[in-house]
Amino acid sequence: MSAVLTVEHLSRAFGAIKAVDDVSFSLEQGELLALIGPNGAGKSTCFNMLMGQLKPTGGLVRLNGEKITGLAPRQIWRKGVGRTFQITATYSSMTVVENVQMSLISHHRRIYSMLPYAHRLYRARALALLDTVGMADQADRHCAVLAYGDLKRLELAVALAHEPKLLLMDEPTAGMAPRERIALMQLTADIVRDQGVSCLFTEHDMDVVFAHAHRIMVLNRGQLIANGTVDEIRNNPQVQEVYLGGGMLFNPADGPAGTPERETGHA
Amino acid sequence: MGLFLAQLLTGLANAGALFMVASGLSLIFGVTRIVNFAHGSFYMLGAYVGYTLMQVLPGMVGFWGAILLAGIIVGLIGVIVEICVLRPVYSAPELFQLVATFGVILVIQDLTLMIWGAEDLLGPRAPGLKGVVRILDEPVPQYDLALIAITPFVAFALWYLISKTRVGILVRAATQDREMVGALGVNQSWLFTGVFFLGCALAGLGGAVQLPKGGADLLMDFNILTSVFVVVVIGGMGSLPGAYLAAVIISVLNVFGVSYMPQSTLVLMFVVMVVVLIFRPFGLFGKEEVAGEHGQVGEPERPIKPAGLRVRMLVLAGLVLLGLIPVLGSNFAEVLATDILIFCLFAASLHFMLGQGGLVSFGHAAFFGGGAYVAALLVTYADTPMELAMVLAPLGAGLAAVVIGWVCLRSTGVYFAMLTLAFAQLLWSLVFQWGDITGGDDGLVNIWPSAWASSNTVFFYLALVICVGGILLLRHAAHSPFGYALRAARDSARQAEAMGIHTKRIQWVAFAFAGAMAGIAGGLFVFSKGSVFPNELEIARSFDALIVVFLGGVKTLSGGWVGGASFEAVKDYLTRFEYWRLALGLLIIGVVILAPEGIVGSLRKLGERIGFLNAAEDKR
Repeated sequence: MSAVLTVEHLSRAFGAIKAVDDVSFSLEQGELLALIGPNGAGKSTCFNMLMGQLKPTGGLVRLNGEKITGLAPRQIWRKGVGRTFQITATYSSMTVVENVQMSLISHHRRIYSMLPYAHRLYRARALALLDTVGMADQADRHCAVLAYGDLKRLELAVALAHEPKLLLMDEPTAGMAPRERIALMQLTADIVRDQGVSCLFTEHDMDVVFAHAHRIMVLNRGQLIANGTVDEIRNNPQVQEVYLGGGMLFNPADGPAGTPERETGHA
Repeated sequence: MGLFLAQLLTGLANAGALFMVASGLSLIFGVTRIVNFAHGSFYMLGAYVGYTLMQVLPGMVGFWGAILLAGIIVGLIGVIVEICVLRPVYSAPELFQLVATFGVILVIQDLTLMIWGAEDLLGPRAPGLKGVVRILDEPVPQYDLALIAITPFVAFALWYLISKTRVGILVRAATQDREMVGALGVNQSWLFTGVFFLGCALAGLGGAVQLPKGGADLLMDFNILTSVFVVVVIGGMGSLPGAYLAAVIISVLNVFGVSYMPQSTLVLMFVVMVVVLIFRPFGLFGKEEVAGEHGQVGEPERPIKPAGLRVRMLVLAGLVLLGLIPVLGSNFAEVLATDILIFCLFAASLHFMLGQGGLVSFGHAAFFGGGAYVAALLVTYADTPMELAMVLAPLGAGLAAVVIGWVCLRSTGVYFAMLTLAFAQLLWSLVFQWGDITGGDDGLVNIWPSAWASSNTVFFYLALVICVGGILLLRHAAHSPFGYALRAARDSARQAEAMGIHTKRIQWVAFAFAGAMAGIAGGLFVFSKGSVFPNELEIARSFDALIVVFLGGVKTLSGGWVGGASFEAVKDYLTRFEYWRLALGLLIIGVVILAPEGIVGSLRKLGERIGFLNAAEDKR
């Protein structure tokens, strides 16, 4: 397997605070990689740097070996990276299917076209994508009236429209009901398996993470403290300390002694 | 050296009134998010009220008491306006309130005319400060020195109020997040009213305090409005020190401009503004506006779809009726209909940019007037035939829009609006002061259509084809991928950028496109009138288009031209009466309060209720 995404020594400081501090990892093709960590660990900062919303203060991001650090989000998107947002961003004045069509129109580089009716373009393909995420029956609803969970699914369909090689999902299940969360992550896992997409996601719900991720990375106070398989992370004393012993008091020298043997739970 | 110092002092003295008015505007905007177009009117009222009070109250105490009282009275008038006109429309979509304030301008203009008459009033000199002081042999009026001394005190008092008192804390909190302030148990209505009082009182104070220097006249309101906007923008919205510094810069610049570069005084102010905003897009002391802090106001905008058969038939029938005007109507009806058609295209072009793109331009007249002047200059100096001039007019306007758009789109929101206003004023002052080429105030005349189109009837049909064609083109553009991408950039720039859309570029293209379409209207306009004057580029012309778009309904596809047609028709009827501004102003305020979704939005609701249109409600 070859690495789709390589991150080398990525750093970002806000004043004196190192939000992301020398983070390095790579993501293989077809892998579903979770990035977890307590609130304020630097997950979203990390994500925003990968997608170009935020400029890193140091380090490199490579997509299939090509350096993409410093590119604008739209340029990174063109290189085959799709993303969903922690707080959904959809076009509230359009219908559900038009949201997907917009992405397809942009993918086919026709956003400056003035001749055709936009609502007729790529409609079949957009409906197929909506079908993938189980939203086909809501295709012609007004986007502004959708439930939050549906917006999350819509965003996934939008992100899949340009057949990305890499999918970045920032808390894809935040704000969803427990059953919906499992369903959405199952859906994502299916897409990764069936379409060979690589996916990096952040998540607070440990059930979701441990059930679906192929590999897990743990971020704490900007630093990557663990990177391994589900079982490795489950049994990693440092991770247990961070999640259960309280990140504020974390000190590796003290060891994990005395922490209760609870393995999973909501952070 | 002496002259230099004297001029500097004059500039500093002029800065006083300007600062007071500007800080009032800035306060009101900060807390209520209302761009108060009527702020100049409160300044004018301050001057008139102060004048009357000074006639009654004697002596030095009377003079200064009159100034203070004028401020308080104008503040109270502001409170009445806020309670009666603005309160009912706070829940309307953002910026809709500025339409109401425009109505207030018209009402105040006519009321002032009724009460004080059309004559300019010469302000009384300040008792005890009538003389001059010689500084380095140059005479400096004592009153100027008094103003220079007073202004810092006003500024300091204001600063103290805002920074050190509980009221100030509330005001600052509301500026950042008014919802949260409400959630903490502060009565927002009274906070807004209070701020409006303070802002208007400052404007009134400014108007009264400048009486001995400038007197009172009926043009004061618009005259100061531009300078005030410029000051607020240069200083940075919501910044008091910024407003003071900018007021000083602009006033001093004006004084020096008058003596050293009399041809370019008006231009100078806008050049400074543009330069400042290029380097500091949010003014000298301003902070970046945080997007999305107010949440969704009003109903969400509906998805658009091409008109159904029934609506198309209706439009077709309307067009046939229009086409019959020369057969059925009089010559006058033809000319009026031509005027209205041209205005409709102009309004529709702004509506495209504003409605689909969310780009609120306060200076769209730059492209209407710009197109008109391109055509007029070509005819005057190059004997260009009408057909070619009409093609080159939108090209010229579009080119201007490319340049202006490039600069303006570096800012967003209200700064963008102010920048567009500044460029429109820049063009206006260029045309106005470059009399050798443009004819200045006398305009360019004798620009008639080609022989084949010289009859009113033929020209009407020409205008009908071009304007209806243009409006349909704009409408189709809204349905095209381009229009969708523009809407995407407006709805969520974050998502649009994350799906490969260069949002600034798409807005830039839309800006240029809208500019070119306005240029077409401008080109037609010249040949329909046979002449063009600088007032086609004026701030009032830009406001007309803006008001019309809001009145028609921003969140609809036909708001632009429907608003344009209604407004022009009503205006044409009302201008036959003496106090037409009063009537028009009240009418605008009435529409704003009764139909906050605009004419088309309300008609659509009505159509859905009676079953003529399919309801867009969710059927699930």
